[in-house]
Parts: sequence; structure tokens; C-alpha cells
Amino acid sequence: MELLILAVPETLVVATAFIVLLVDMMEMRRKPVRARMLVAAVISCVGCLVSIYWLSQTGVPTTPPDGMLIVNPVTQMVKQLILLLTIFTALISIESNFTDHVGEYFLLLLLATVGMMFLVSSENVLMIFVALELLSLSLYIMTAFNKQNIKSAEAALKYFLFGGMSAAVMLFGLSLIYGLSGEIVLPRIADKLKGQPLDPLLMVAMVMVVTGFGFKIAAVPFHLWTPDAYQGAPTPSAAFIASGSKVASFFILAKVMMVGFAGVEGSGVWRNFSEGWVPVLAIMAVLSMVLGNLAAIAQRSVRRLLAYSAIAHAGYMLLGVISLGILKEAASGPDVAASMTAVKQNGMASLLYYVATYALTTIGAFGVVSVVQERSGEERFPAFAGLSRRAPVLSFCMMIFMLSLAGIPPLAGFFGKFYLFATALSSAKSLGLLWLIVFAILMSAVSLYYYLQVLKQIYVAPPPAGVSTLQFNLLSRVAILLLALAVLVLGCAPNLVLSRILAAVKTASL
Amino acid sequence: MTVLPWTIYTSFLGVVALMLLPSNSAKAAKVIALGTSITGLVLALGAVLEYKIGSGIVTACKLPWIPALGIDYYLGADGISLTLVLLTGIAAVVGILFSWNVEHRTKEFFAFYLALIGGVYGVFLSFDLFLLFVFYELAIIPKYFLIAIWGSTHREYGAMKLALYSFVGSAMVLIGLIAAYVVAGAQTFNLIELAKYPFPESFQKWAFPLVFVGFAVLAGLWPLHTWAPTGHVAAPTAASMLLAGVVMKLGAYGALRVAMTLFPLGLAAWREAIAVLAVIGIVYGAMVALVQKDFKFVIGYSSVSHMGFVLLGLMTLTSIGLSGAVLQMFSHGIIAGLLFGVVGRMVYDRTHTRELSELQTMNLNTAMPFAAVTFVVAGLASMGLPGFSGFVAELQVLIGAWRAFPALAMLAGLGILVGVAYTIRTIQKSFFAGQSGQMTKSEITIEPISVPERVGAAILMAVTLFVGLYPAPLLNLIKSGFDSQLMSNLLKGVAS
Repeated sequence: MELLILAVPETLVVATAFIVLLVDMMEMRRKPVRARMLVAAVISCVGCLVSIYWLSQTGVPTTPPDGMLIVNPVTQMVKQLILLLTIFTALISIESNFTDHVGEYFLLLLLATVGMMFLVSSENVLMIFVALELLSLSLYIMTAFNKQNIKSAEAALKYFLFGGMSAAVMLFGLSLIYGLSGEIVLPRIADKLKGQPLDPLLMVAMVMVVTGFGFKIAAVPFHLWTPDAYQGAPTPSAAFIASGSKVASFFILAKVMMVGFAGVEGSGVWRNFSEGWVPVLAIMAVLSMVLGNLAAIAQRSVRRLLAYSAIAHAGYMLLGVISLGILKEAASGPDVAASMTAVKQNGMASLLYYVATYALTTIGAFGVVSVVQERSGEERFPAFAGLSRRAPVLSFCMMIFMLSLAGIPPLAGFFGKFYLFATALSSAKSLGLLWLIVFAILMSAVSLYYYLQVLKQIYVAPPPAGVSTLQFNLLSRVAILLLALAVLVLGCAPNLVLSRILAAVKTASL
Repeated sequence: MTVLPWTIYTSFLGVVALMLLPSNSAKAAKVIALGTSITGLVLALGAVLEYKIGSGIVTACKLPWIPALGIDYYLGADGISLTLVLLTGIAAVVGILFSWNVEHRTKEFFAFYLALIGGVYGVFLSFDLFLLFVFYELAIIPKYFLIAIWGSTHREYGAMKLALYSFVGSAMVLIGLIAAYVVAGAQTFNLIELAKYPFPESFQKWAFPLVFVGFAVLAGLWPLHTWAPTGHVAAPTAASMLLAGVVMKLGAYGALRVAMTLFPLGLAAWREAIAVLAVIGIVYGAMVALVQKDFKFVIGYSSVSHMGFVLLGLMTLTSIGLSGAVLQMFSHGIIAGLLFGVVGRMVYDRTHTRELSELQTMNLNTAMPFAAVTFVVAGLASMGLPGFSGFVAELQVLIGAWRAFPALAMLAGLGILVGVAYTIRTIQKSFFAGQSGQMTKSEITIEPISVPERVGAAILMAVTLFVGLYPAPLLNLIKSGFDSQLMSNLLKGVAS
């Protein structure tokens, strides 16, 4: 019974999913697609808002022994963020026109959301796997949803094949861990593994788990599906994969690594590596940053560009996870435990801040792409030429999103990067992770080039002759404006959110 | 001093006002921009007059911004900042006067322009490193668009090169700042507090060059100066006036205010190497300017040469050299503004060519006597003739350099000689090559020099003359900047 009460927010979303489906099936079948989209989106938003409200009212830390459903202020906060992203995805869906199966689409969107919410709340590896599969399966179908477009099918097939493989690998890894420890709850796994000599089998298992998550977060070398999925999927699906799925996956990756693999951190200090999950993630981070940023330079499709930029950003975010693997030697000051906790709290807070702002920015960018693509049928660079003359407000929003992704102050992306890098640097003794930070900062300097390429099309290139101003739906317009405003405000006054995140992280006693 | 932050706020309010304007109201956009920049100049002047010499660093505004990381919203000013804020105010007003003829996307032009100005004011007034960095990077993007949209020769290339050089430079700075923050215990970004922390020497030895060079990229430090000529040439008149007049000073200011105060031991280790680079910049810039065919490239390379004096002055670590360097920042800001104004607005906008060989045939001194006179004055000031601000500044730098590095000082003197040569060559070719009274083949009707141009040129000429003839007030202001505890460590470092 207690478990049911804890699961009310998720239940609300499931209920909303079925209401959307029912309403669409029974009342709206005959209506034009646009109206059905509107109604479905509004119902979904209302359901999500109710769930957000419920989440904001609860949050007393509870940790059931089986770790099925953990509730604490941090999980509540991440779930609220995920619901918020779902709302924005629903709002930008109104713009696009890719399917007749409106009810089913929103059903899947909301089920994916439920998957993410359970994922965030769980410390039980079985539950984690089940939630991850619920999420993944919904996303595969959402990717394939545009039946008229062969690209959509191709994207979904790639996404599905890679996803299926990596899920299998991860499950294998998890089973090895169960074999080693006899436990399926993260903290207890860590307890059992603690004190034993490093088992090669454990390393294999760890790498397998990382592989599974590496696919979800689109880190190199598990990124190959990303450009095709981002390009081929219907825009809202791509936006959701890029934002919500990333938030949930990063959060659970951080938790699994920090809690489940406590004691096998290893060291990522330059010329002083030792085996553990930190060096593995460090290598993935560097590869993602380098490959993502360099490959993005060559792109002429804005969506593929966003995909490679997502890979690069996954690299930056991995730095946040790495800072959770702080070792005892790195702690400064008289009170070792307190200073380690402080770094871990900062690491978690910086990761959450970054993922949150990144997700909002990306969803906004996809919103703009969706509007442009809907009007011109194209999302390559020429479609954006002279956009600032046709839709000044939309262009300004895109400028904010692109510059925030590039990390230009005073936008949210800048503070996010800054906080992430500063925390990661403080998590190893005598600037041991400086090499990672140098990579990250120089690569983000590279990234300015390709973000400016997009803005160059929008602001500098002349608009094609005979194209009038761009009109689009009011709700999408409001959603994109709100997102741009959020990116700006979060960048100028990070403390608005940061103080809350830090408070939540402290209460959750990570 | 509480009015000082309003220089920043009014600039950004101007940006917002311009964005809300309907896109066809070019006239209103110009008026708003001019009004905003004049307000900024008045505030800056008021602050300079209000500032009592000897009061060190005056706090204008200090609020906790991101307490979790020890970041404050800390704006303040001392003699050095005030000098440069004043320069920014003057350059901003004159730049708008010189771009009164912008009719293509006027409103956006001035919005980017004011955003750049706001960022520049912010850098000069920040005493929190994080805040300083925010403003520093904020200035990059408007520069890109100003050049890419309204520029001329190879504008997209020049704009991208400038943006990437700036961004890579600031990335280097960011690495250094984050490392310094972590080494100092991750408590504060307050510059004054952080400068008190004794960073280990081994750390300073790599952090100093990283941060210094990162900033100095923007100051045109040889061999990382190559963005400057292309950027200046590609930029529209007002933007090249700002680039040379103000943005290059951002780099020098950051190098002085951040790199040199935070890492005195690193400075001691690298001082000579950087002084050598600075002198190479002086001589190389002047030599290259001597052989340019494009009028604007001459001025672009002369900027590299003159900024070399700033860096050389900083490296002397003598009182006279340092204050000379800051005065040179001010002086070059005014003179370069004047030169680019003549080249870009008065000549290029009317003749549509900047090739010296073509200008030679146009007999411009009779067609545009005002431009000719202005350019002669600016040229004389630029080559360091007594009576103009450039003379006072470069003399001080040379005296300081003579004490610190005699051999380099002599080489820098050589640079001044070459400077005389290229200036005279350019004056001759551009304005006085045709025989007087003889009509030339290009009898294009040249529109007369407009009132805003005359006013702008007059302001700049008056300032450089005033500072040249009566430098005491400005010099005292600058010198007082080096009395505060933060800056006086620079002088002590050498004495000990």
C-alpha cells in the first residue's frame, strides 16, 4: 500500500496515457489531425502538471529495503524535470504533422515518461533494467512513427538493433554482478564487493554495464545510432530522445556507478591510471568530446549537427559522473569524509544542472527545427537561410539555444560547463584530472565554429526570394519562447535552481 | 560610484529597446543608440570626476551571486578601470557618429553594437573573476555578427577567424582560472582575495603563460595577432573602430588585471620572453604596414605595432612603464578610432576602394580637405609626435623599457622610426599623390563630409591633443590605479 502511494505520480501519468488514447479513439477520430494533436497534447500536459504538483508536495526520503522505489528530494526533482520535458515535447509535437495515430503516439510518449520516472527512482538492478526497457521500447516505436518516411524506418531499425544489443550486453553484465555478489540492490552489492580483491570478472561486468548505459547516453564508441536516429525520427521523438532520455540515463548511470560500484572507482589521474570505472568513463568522455565536436563540423543537416553535438555534450556530462568517483587521497582539509561528501554533492548538483539545462536547450533547438522543417520540408542549412528576416523572434530563440550549447555566457550552458569542469577538477589530487578539463574546454572552443555556422545561415545568409514571414502555432511559439527565457534566466541567475538542487542533494544524503 | 554599473545596464537596456523597435524605423534606432552611448559616456565622465585619487579600488556593487561557488556580483573601479571606461564611452559615441550612414538592417546593427559596448564596460568594471570572464566572452558574439553581416572584404572569413581566436584565447583563460580556483581551495572568485593566495611556483609557471597569452591573443600579441588585420579590414567602420579602439584593450587589460596580479612568480619567469614577443610585434607590425597595398591593412598592422608597446610597457614592471602602457591603451584607442574612421567611413564609403594605388589617382586632398586634415592629424599622433597623446604614452613605455631591458628598448625605438615611415608613405599616397590643380581621371562626385563625421573626428582629435598637451590629470588617475594593494604587488615583485 505504501508503495502504491509512493508510485502515485507514475500512476497519474499512466492514467493520463490511457485517457489520451481513449479520448482520441472515441471522440476525435473524425476530426482533422491538427485538432487531435492539440487535444492530445493538452490532456498530456494537464496530466503531467498534476503529477508535477504531486511530486512537489511529497519527497520525504524513503528507502525500501528491496530498492524498488526510492523516493527522496533528488528523485522527485529529476522526475519533475522529466515531466517538464515531456510537456515541452508534447507542445512542439503540435507543430509537426507526421502521423494519423495521434492517440497512440501520445500514449507511447507518456509510457516512455513513466519508464524514465521508474528508472530514476530505482536502486534495484532488475527494476532498473525493466524501466530501461519500457523506456527504450517506447522510444523505438516513437522513432519509427513517421510511416511515410523511409528515413524514419531506417532510423528506428538502427536504434532498435543497437539498443537491443546493448541491452543484452548490459543484462549479461548485471547477471555477472549478481553472480559475484548475490545481491540485486545497489548499496548491498557495493557492501558485498567491498574489501574483496579486485576480481577481473567484476571489471568485465562493469564494462558491460557501462556499455549498456553508453548506448543510452550516446557516448563514443556506442554512438553510431545517434545521427541517423536524430535525423530520421519525427522531430518530437528526436527531441525527447535527446532530452528526457538523456536526463534519466545520466542520472541512473551516475547512481549505479557511485552507489553500486563504490570501491572500484580506480583513478583517472594522468600517468597514474588504475583500473576502475573512472578511467573507463574518462576515456569515453574524451572520445565523445573529440569525435562529437570534430564530426559536427562537417554536418550540413541541422539535426545531424545536433546529434553530434549531443555526443560531444555526453562527453562533458561524463565528467560530472567522473567527479563522483572521488578518492580519499583527493580530499583536502582536516575532515576527509566531509570534504569528499562535499565534492560528491557538488558533482551530483553540477551533473543535474548541466543535464537539465542541456535538455531544455536541446528541446528548444528541436522545436525551432521542427517549425522550419514543417514549413519548408527541409532541415539542412539552406532551409535556415535568412530566417532572421522571416521570423525574428524564432531566430533569436535559436541564437540563444545555439550559444548556450556552445557555452557562451550569460546563458545556462556556460554556467553548467563551468560548474561541471570546476567540480571535476577538484575531484582528484593536485589537478590530476586537468588533462580531461583541457580536452573539454578546448573542444568546446571548437564547437563554437559549428554552432556559428547555423547562426550564420540564420542571420547572415540572404533569405531565398519570394518567401514570406513564417507563421506557426501559438502554443509552440509560447513553448519555444519559454524555453529560451529559461535558458537565459538560468544562465543569469543560476542560483535560483542551484540552491534548490544543492539542498535536495544534501537532504537525500548522497 | 554607484552610477558606474549603469554604464553596463544602459547599454543592455538600449539593446532591449532596439529589439522591441519595429524593423523599419532606422532613424529611431540611430537616435536610441546615440542616446544610450551618450548616457554611458556621461556616466563614465561623471565617475571619473567623482573619483578621488588615492582611494584605491572603489566598490560600486557587491552582491552574492552564486554563493555555493563563492561567486559575487562584484563591480568596482580604480584608476585603470576608469581610464578604460572613459575610453569606451568616447569610442562608443564616436563609433555611432561614424556609422550614421548604416541603412542595412540598422536596428540589428546597433543592437549588436550596444551589446558589445555593454560587455566591454562590464569587463573593465568586474573585480570578480567569474563575472569578468562572463563579460569577456559576452563581447565575442556581437563582434562576429557585426563583421559577418555588415563587413566588407572577406567578411565571413574575418569574422569567423576573430571569433575563433577570441574563443580559443578565452578557453585558455578559462582553464587557468578554473585551475587557480581549485588550487586556492575552491572558496572564492574575488580577484582581490584570490591574488592574496600564494600559488605554488610550479603551478604559476604554467598557469601564467596560459592565462596571459589567452588574454593577449586579443591584444594582438605576436605571433597570435593574425586575426587583427583581417578582422579590422573585414569589419564595418564602427566595428573596426571598436575592435582597435576598445576590444584589443580588453585583452591587454585582462592580462594586466588577472594574469599579472594572480601569478607574480610566473610573471617573473616569463617576463623577458613576453617582452621579446612584444618588441617583435612592434617592429614586425610596423615593417608589414610599410608594404601594404590596402589602406585599411596599413592601419590594421599599425594597431599590432602600437599594441606591442602596451605589452612591452606591462612587462617592464616599473611604475613609469606600467602607467605608460595604460596610457598607451587609452591613446591608441583614440588614435586608431580616428584612423579607422577616416579610412572606413570618409574614404572607403565614398570612393569604394581602399587600394592605395587607386587612391593615389584621386586627388583626395582637394576632394575631401577635412578628411585629409583629419588623417594628417591622426597620422602625426600615431607616429608619436610631441603634443599628441601617443608621444606621452610611448615615451613613458620606452623609458620604462630602457630601465628593464635596454636592448629591447632600442629595437622598439626602431619600430617607432619605421612607424614614421609608413605613416608618411600612407599620408602621401592616400591624399597627396595627385598634382594639385590637375583634374584626375576619376572625377567621381564625392559627397561632402557629413556633420556627424565632423563631430566625431573633432571629439577624437580634441581628446588626443588634450591628453598630449596636458597629460597630468589622466596620468595621475592611471598612476593611482597602481597604488592599490592588488596592483602595487606588481612593482614590489621586481624590487625584492
